[in-house]
Amino acid sequence: MRIDGAGLINRNKPVTFSFDGRSYQGFEGDTLASALLANGVRLMGRSFKYHRPRGVFTAGSEEPNALMTVGRGAAQTPNVRATVQEIYEGLEARSQNRWPSLSADLLSVNDLLSPFLGAGFYYKTFMWPRSFWEKLYEPVIRRAAGLGALSGAPDTARYDRAYAFCDLLVVGSGPSGLMAALTAARAGADVILCEEDSAFGGRLNSEAEEIDGAPARDWVQAVLAELDSLPNVRLMKRTTVTGAYDQGTYGALQRVALHMADPGDRPLETFWHIAAKACVLAAGALERPIAFPMNDRPGVMMASALRSYLHRFNVAPGKRVAVFGNNDGARQTAEDLRAAGVEVAALVDSRPEAELPVGFNAFKGAQVIHTKGYMGLKSITVSTGSREEVIEADCLAVSGGWNPTLHLTCHMGARPVWDETLAAFLPAEKSVPGMIPAGAAKGIFSTAGCLADGQRAAKEALKALGLKAKASDLPAASDAPYSVAPLWQVPGKGRAWLDFQNDVTVKDVKQAAQENFRSVEHMKRYTTQGMATDQGKNSNVGALAVLADATGRGIPETGTTTFRPPFAPVSIAAMGAGARGKGFAPERFTTSHAANIARGAPMIEAGLWYRPSYFPRPGDAGWQEACNREVGFVRNAVGVCDVSTLGKIDIQGPDAAAFLDFVYCNTFSTLKEGRVRYGLMLREDGHVMDDGTCARLGETHYLMTTTTAAAGQVMKHLEFVSQALRPELDVSFTSVTEHWAQFAVAGPKSRALLDSLLDAPVDESAFPFMGCGAVTVAGVPARLFRISFSGEHAYEIAVPARYGAALYGDLVARAEVLGGGAYGMEALNVLRIEKGFITHAEIHGRTTAFDIGMGRMVSARKDCIGKAASRREGLSGPEREQLVGLRPVLPEGRLPAGAHLFSENRPPTRENSEGYVTSTCFSPSLGHEIALGFLKNGPLRRGEVVKLVDHLRGVETLCTVCDPVFIDPDGGRMRG
Amino acid sequence: MAELIAKTPCAGLLPVRHGGLSLTECAPTAIHHLAAYRGAAQLGVALEKAHGLGWPAPGRSTGAASARALWFGPDQALLLGPMPVAALARHCALTDQSDGWAHVCLSGPGAEEVLARLVPVDLRAGAFPEGAVARTALFHMSALITRTGAESFEIFAFRSMARTLVHDVSEAMKSVVAQRG
Repeated sequence: MRIDGAGLINRNKPVTFSFDGRSYQGFEGDTLASALLANGVRLMGRSFKYHRPRGVFTAGSEEPNALMTVGRGAAQTPNVRATVQEIYEGLEARSQNRWPSLSADLLSVNDLLSPFLGAGFYYKTFMWPRSFWEKLYEPVIRRAAGLGALSGAPDTARYDRAYAFCDLLVVGSGPSGLMAALTAARAGADVILCEEDSAFGGRLNSEAEEIDGAPARDWVQAVLAELDSLPNVRLMKRTTVTGAYDQGTYGALQRVALHMADPGDRPLETFWHIAAKACVLAAGALERPIAFPMNDRPGVMMASALRSYLHRFNVAPGKRVAVFGNNDGARQTAEDLRAAGVEVAALVDSRPEAELPVGFNAFKGAQVIHTKGYMGLKSITVSTGSREEVIEADCLAVSGGWNPTLHLTCHMGARPVWDETLAAFLPAEKSVPGMIPAGAAKGIFSTAGCLADGQRAAKEALKALGLKAKASDLPAASDAPYSVAPLWQVPGKGRAWLDFQNDVTVKDVKQAAQENFRSVEHMKRYTTQGMATDQGKNSNVGALAVLADATGRGIPETGTTTFRPPFAPVSIAAMGAGARGKGFAPERFTTSHAANIARGAPMIEAGLWYRPSYFPRPGDAGWQEACNREVGFVRNAVGVCDVSTLGKIDIQGPDAAAFLDFVYCNTFSTLKEGRVRYGLMLREDGHVMDDGTCARLGETHYLMTTTTAAAGQVMKHLEFVSQALRPELDVSFTSVTEHWAQFAVAGPKSRALLDSLLDAPVDESAFPFMGCGAVTVAGVPARLFRISFSGEHAYEIAVPARYGAALYGDLVARAEVLGGGAYGMEALNVLRIEKGFITHAEIHGRTTAFDIGMGRMVSARKDCIGKAASRREGLSGPEREQLVGLRPVLPEGRLPAGAHLFSENRPPTRENSEGYVTSTCFSPSLGHEIALGFLKNGPLRRGEVVKLVDHLRGVETLCTVCDPVFIDPDGGRMRG
Repeated sequence: MAELIAKTPCAGLLPVRHGGLSLTECAPTAIHHLAAYRGAAQLGVALEKAHGLGWPAPGRSTGAASARALWFGPDQALLLGPMPVAALARHCALTDQSDGWAHVCLSGPGAEEVLARLVPVDLRAGAFPEGAVARTALFHMSALITRTGAESFEIFAFRSMARTLVHDVSEAMKSVVAQRG
């Protein structure tokens, strides 16, 4: 219930929210956990495996129990820690892992079966029959055990990714962090201060501490005001530093709008990459539980958490509160409770020599050995060894000592070091380059100690940065020593939980040891301890202490498991911010895009580009009709197609010709200026990489084209060859793909179209087949290439991209007047298959120049990349599958791509495959399907009938092997 | 007789304004890529002589608004503004790239924060002063970024990606504006 006090809640701002459909009220500044506790709600969740009723256990991001689903529909987020989630007006939270309700959960039957469900149960029980695991056992087990669920709908909320840079990153804003940030900021360093909580101040917000004789929070406010006033400081609250990576890079997750009813255009979260020259790790410490029997009742919580609820949220988590600990935190908690007017049922200190204040029902050298209260704590049993006493209590605060929050120091492989006196692991020296642990994260637990150590750490960082700290005094604060007597487990009847989130008990760890899973890494995996979303923050040290005891080793010998990033859960949505749907990759549009859309063309992706598939017209029965029509434009009149997406690389330099001779397998140094040649590029392993035309624009100036898909790869290849293989060649190349809009104008009337368009008619002598040169269109300098990918008399005309849209519109209009029009990718594909022209369907990475019938293009007179390798045994010869054309024996026969080819009289099995089909289409010119494919010794088998079998589509066709050029084999139309 | 109407890469997409931040398309200007040939130390001299521009050091630019040379890579620069004199071609590969780039200006309070959501390099004024140039990534695309003022940057990205460029920068602008105050 709510008590008086001056916490960090705003009592003038009540906030209404709901939990499991019931409406509650809290205040601005409350977390879900503090607001529910204030309303007397203790039961907040069900455990993972046994479905045990659970209450809130901590007040921080390490919470193992109070996990809830927040929001509804697509926006619902499962496993939200109620201790982290701030309430806002209208927030809807629901409990998880229960059916039908949190208070009556049918699967709590698992709890009764717990003697059978210990560690290793699944592995031993569900072994037979083997096939049942995947189909039956695992799905059933997974459904029975678990936490929250995703909605299954796409998350439409906004997320951001962002980058930040600083001299010093300070992780944590308790006394050490604030002091470090202040010292560094005053010295002029660029500082980023990250605080996981919604308020800066760390434990100072949760204790009744004084600094310089005033409440510690006043000091926090003063420091924050100063930091905020400095231009070199960036304050980032609600920001968890989740990982330490190479070269001073840190990952951090900022909860930007998760605490808001209406985020507007804010991202819910931002995932930061922070590059810092130095880092002070002032992440504090986490209090650890004690494994005593039945220590998981709702109402049992960490003593430090209780003090947070008391001081920060002004909530008493119980009416009669007992305290149990092995250090002075227990006494402190009891005194704070008394000061707040809450009844203290018992103060139990496990240390026989502990000095306990008067006026409490105090037990020295005693332990809590049992608890009662299934749905919420009712009583505890205290044993002094000689006598036992049952004490009524509805809340028990527990402290087993403190573990420094050193996770980030382990992210690059360092192992923490055990400290006997503190009974805790401490960060190893120089564990992460540039990172300096300070304060509680380093095992310094007094406020005065932390302030001093924060200053020391900042000075160390400043020195490394070449900056000088300004002299300043340390504020005065309590310097109470920390004394702890290790207490990991309390023997007794009943289960003693170590890992609350994954339901791992002392017995499970002991059983693991007994079954020879003695290494801490094996124990972890056998019991699943530390493998839940809290990553064992509350249980790792306790579990390995129990393991050490069970195996008769010390804690340092037993060692810890590995702390890996992230320190706290990170939404995948935040890491992938902006990349959802079309954000996955940039979209590339040609200058003709709008015109193609206006003509109703369905667009298809080619790499990142969008190209028109075909141009439908009213009355078309389907795409095939449109495609046939467009093929007809090119074969009979003139067609226009945007080919700007092909890669265009401008190559210049005194050694340009020599360079091209080296990268192409054929020769370009002999190409005349004003002429174009088809070129084939091999990889170093002798297989074909890419093909395309290359024009010689001047003595030392070439223009290479690549296929659309391989443009980037070819550019990279040229860079590699130039830098690594032929650095002596003086040549430079740059992509001009984006600068030029280029259109194919193809068909018998292409010349007529261009003559009507260009400022001067096409000069036949300057533009023979494979000629190129400069022309002008409406005064605009353009480039004209007489090349053909359709087998017809054809050109490609290129203008600076600003004129692309205008020229395309004009070309299409003129083509339509001449009985032609625009053609799309479908028609383009048909046109090239009819001519036997290859694409990456044929040069798919496993074919050689020999295979595609271009073996003789590999010039004998010069060396080139891939030449030597292409001569290797097995890369040419009759055993190779080689390019052929295929036509069906019966005109209606189908030739689907992907089908395999077999000798007519052999069964169509894998071993008998003699080849496959790579490209196929219906040829309107021939009236039946045609295909390109690869067939063993194919060119010498022309005329032979082979069996085509497509096992997937269930097609079997007899077809005749033929020349891959189906139309105009001597090329008269192209040249004429 | 044909008539060709020029269209800029971001026509119809810009300007975009959010809370004092603006993304506008820069006035079209001549852009030429200069890649020095081997042993062409004279290129800098020729550039200075022809256009009064020094050869830009790595990550820097020379000149001002109407004529600039932006570093573009080892021994490479982009010449912005003037039409290069033919003599330059003796020392370098000279390529017209005027139509290849979507060239936009982001300006206003928080421009740095907008780019911090998209660009993985340090663009704070101390590390990236006026005139500094970075060839880097802008979210998923490659870009050239230069600082033109305390709160303004110019961005060059592929013309074909103009739509994605405008989308990505606008979304970041919205986010930054929404997170203010």
